[in-house]
This record gives sequence, C-alpha cells and structure tokens, in this order.
Amino acid sequence: MEPFRFVKAQDNLTAIRAAGINQAKFIAGGTNMLDLMKLNIETPKQIVDINKLSLYKIEELQNGGVRIGALVKNSDLAYNPYIIKNFPVLSEALLSGASPQLRNMATTGGNLMQRTRCPYFYSTDFTCNKRVPGSGCAAITGYNRMNAVLGTSDKCIATHPSDMCVAMAALGAIIHVQGQKGARAIPFADFHLLPGQTPQIEHNLKQDELITHVEIPALSFATKSHYLKVRDRASYEFALTSAAVALDIQGGTIKGARIALGGVGTKPWRSLEAEKALIGAPANAQTYRAAAEAALAAAKPYTNNAFKVELAKRTLVRALTTVEGMS
Amino acid sequence: MDNSSEGKDRPTGGTTRRQFLGQVGFVGAGLQLAPLLSKATGILPGNDALPAEPVTVTMMVNGSPKTLTLDTRVTLLDALREKLAMPGSKKGCDHGQCGACTVLVDGRRINSCLHLAVMCEGSEVTTIEGLAKGEELHPMQAAFLKHDGFQCGYCTPGQICSAVGLVKEGHAKTDADIRELMSGNICRCGAYQNILAAIKEVQNA
Repeated sequence: MEPFRFVKAQDNLTAIRAAGINQAKFIAGGTNMLDLMKLNIETPKQIVDINKLSLYKIEELQNGGVRIGALVKNSDLAYNPYIIKNFPVLSEALLSGASPQLRNMATTGGNLMQRTRCPYFYSTDFTCNKRVPGSGCAAITGYNRMNAVLGTSDKCIATHPSDMCVAMAALGAIIHVQGQKGARAIPFADFHLLPGQTPQIEHNLKQDELITHVEIPALSFATKSHYLKVRDRASYEFALTSAAVALDIQGGTIKGARIALGGVGTKPWRSLEAEKALIGAPANAQTYRAAAEAALAAAKPYTNNAFKVELAKRTLVRALTTVEGMS
Repeated sequence: MDNSSEGKDRPTGGTTRRQFLGQVGFVGAGLQLAPLLSKATGILPGNDALPAEPVTVTMMVNGSPKTLTLDTRVTLLDALREKLAMPGSKKGCDHGQCGACTVLVDGRRINSCLHLAVMCEGSEVTTIEGLAKGEELHPMQAAFLKHDGFQCGYCTPGQICSAVGLVKEGHAKTDADIRELMSGNICRCGAYQNILAAIKEVQNA
C-alpha cells in the first residue's frame, strides 16, 4: 500500500474541502477501497474519513418515498422495517450481496462507488483500460465468463458488481451530492457511465463531490417487488445474472413495471425495453418471455459468456413469475 | 474560508487548526510561512504534495483503553496482532474474503483486515481474547469446544466472533439462515456441521 495522509472530517464542508486536494478519496466502510489499495490499484495520496458526518438516517418521506443517508450501513438498510415493507427488492438485493461482516461495514454511498471485480482489473499482470487507460482490455480476448454482455465497448467489458444498485436502478433512485459549488441531484440512470472510450471514468461525480443521501421516490407497487440473483454458489458470490422486478398487476393486466438486470451490464442495467413490453400486456408467461427477449435484444456475448444471455432471460422470467404470485 | 469552519479544532493529522496558528505565530511570517502552511491539511486547498504522517488513535480494546501512534496504512488487524500483542485474530486472505480476522467493533462483527486502525478513534473493539470472563469461557467458546466446531483452529477466533455477532443480530431463524449468515467465515477443515450445532446451542440457551 502506498503512503497516504489521513484526515478525519467532522462535517460535510470539511470533507468536501479536504477531498479537493492531494488526489484524495473519501473512506466510509472502506471494504472495496482498502482491498484495492492493498493491491496498489488505488493509490490515493490523501484519505478523508467521513464516518463522523451526520449521514446515518433512514427517513420516511410523507409521500411514501424514503431518504437514505450515504453512511447507512448495508445491513441497517436491508433490515429496516420500512424498506422491507415498501421496497422489498432493495432489502433482498442488499442481503444477497457480500457477507454479513462486509454488510456491517459497507455503506449506501460506498456501494454506489464500488469498482468492478473483473479479474483483469484486479491483476496488475494484465492490461486493463480501467486501471491504465490506453493499455488495452485483456478480458475481451481472455477468459471472460463473468463479464458483461450489455453496454460494453471495445475498451471494456467489465460488469458492475453491485446488487443494491440494480434494485435502486429499478426503483429510479435519485443520488444527492454536495460539492464546493453546491448541491445537486443525479437521477440513478445518469450516475454510472457506460465505458465507451473512457472506461476509467465510471460515474459523473466531481473530485470534491460527496454523496450525502439517496432518495427512493414513492412507488406504491414496489411492495410487490423481488430480487433474484443467480450465481455459482449459494451465498457470498457475485451474480452471473440477477433481476430486480416490481409489478403492478390489476385484473390480470400489467399496469406498471420496473425492471433492472445485474451481472450482465457494464452499469446497473435498467431495462426500459422490458418495461415497455410488460406494461399493458396480460400477466402471463408469454408476456414475461417477450419482456426478457426485449431486455437482452442488444446483448453482445464474448467467447466464454454467451450462456449469460439465455440465463439472464430465464432469471427475469422467474423473477416476474415470483412477483405475479405476490399479487 | 467560510464562517462555519472558523475556530474549530480540526483533526488534521495531529495538528489542529488552533495549534497550527500558534505555531505560525511563533515562527513569524516571511519565507518560512509557505512550507508551514502546506502542512495544514484540509485548511488550504490546492496543495497536492502533503506528506503522509503518523496518526495517534485511542480505542478501547477488550475493555482497556489503548493509545497508538500508527502509520496510516496499518489495519485494525495488524494493530491488534503486531502492536497490541493480541494474535488471536487471524490473518487469512487479508482481503475480507475468509473471515478469519472477524472482530466486534462497537458490538458489530466486521473484517478487521479491511478497517484502518486510525479509523477506530473512540471505538470499542472486542476480540477473541476479550470474550471470556477470566477463566469462564464465553458461551460460544464453550459451545465450540463441546461440539468440536473446529479442526486446525485457524479460522476459529473469527468463527466465534462472527457467531457472537450473528446471535446478537437476531436474524437467523433456521439452520439455513445460520449457514447463510455465517457465509463470511470459511473453514477449510470443513467443520461447518459442528459450528452450526454450536451456534444453535447458544441461540437456544
């Protein structure tokens, strides 16, 4: 690990100011940051500890939404009764990720900021355009079983690893940030960036911007929602494929739908195509399969991950069938 | 600088704003001011070559206050093992994957290998060394002995601390829940069946 200066921030403004200098990085749970620092993949010159900031609240909003502080631990969010009742997809997604110890450390803001687990990103023995821009992508020609089939480019095919983010993408979360120039709100779909020609740029935060909280807008039918994760072993493993689903079924017809996929995209993958195929259609197996086909229509498989295309479709169909059963 | 930060003592790597201003006054102005100002982390934006300096941190470890001055890179695990002579917490993977380093911080189980010691200011840390009351074993330690919840024993301190956290959290209702909620602790000897039995005994006690 490279040497770094440690600053403990007492309030948002101190944190933001300290983040603007010395190639600083914020640290909250640190579960991904320290992992990468030990491998010299992240080498910040300054670490700004934000754990003293007052960003720990889960606030129920009057309109039915919820406001989640950036420092709320993944475990506290997952087991929050209001979240379990109103946004079960979010609770299930959180509990399907990492281990209990890591969920006790990892925060809401940190989960948004975690980096890919593509093995070529993690190994300095290989080229990686995320790690060393312009060096090449060893995954495209390498062993890419875990890599993405949606949103890829000729520079990067790494999957976004988060489960929480897939649920938040489906729920249309809004990320609130604060910087030296003031505060702004970023729609979830605009927060993470596709790799394109600059895969090293993963989100649109500025150097000094601090995530303060995440807002989940009210979504009445999110009480009927579910996260299904398919993986190589039963727990403590990244997704091969996953689906976050919320459905509003009235009289056998789908009135509303929210769909996002994990394990297949270079960012948390909201599928407006699948939602379009569902809304207005009868709630049945044929509709679900059509939605799955629409969601993966643009999929581009690589040497070892073609299986993900069909697996993702079946994952989505299974999740939709489960949510139909809740109605 | 905005008013909200005036007069506050900032934790800036050991030099508070108040101490720093005192130092500046002592030395005087002129050419010597510039290098001094550059050391005031977090006060002056725009400087990108600030040195990494050791940080002093005080935490409660197994009920006793411990003050350490550490390289900022030292993890809680290494501080416990190398600085405080508490080698009970084990280093397995050192990347949060195996759980051998599990300790309780402020009552919650975490991976001490992925936690910086300098982040522990004011924290209460409980390790395997702190579970027993004198000669009286913690119920989880006694249950692991009774049910033979180990073979080589390397993962055991982490398993026991994790199991104590699991029972306290109160979310495990079934055998499958216990297995799932112990998934952050790997036992390569494969003592899982007996670990499960030990945890169930403590849960039901």
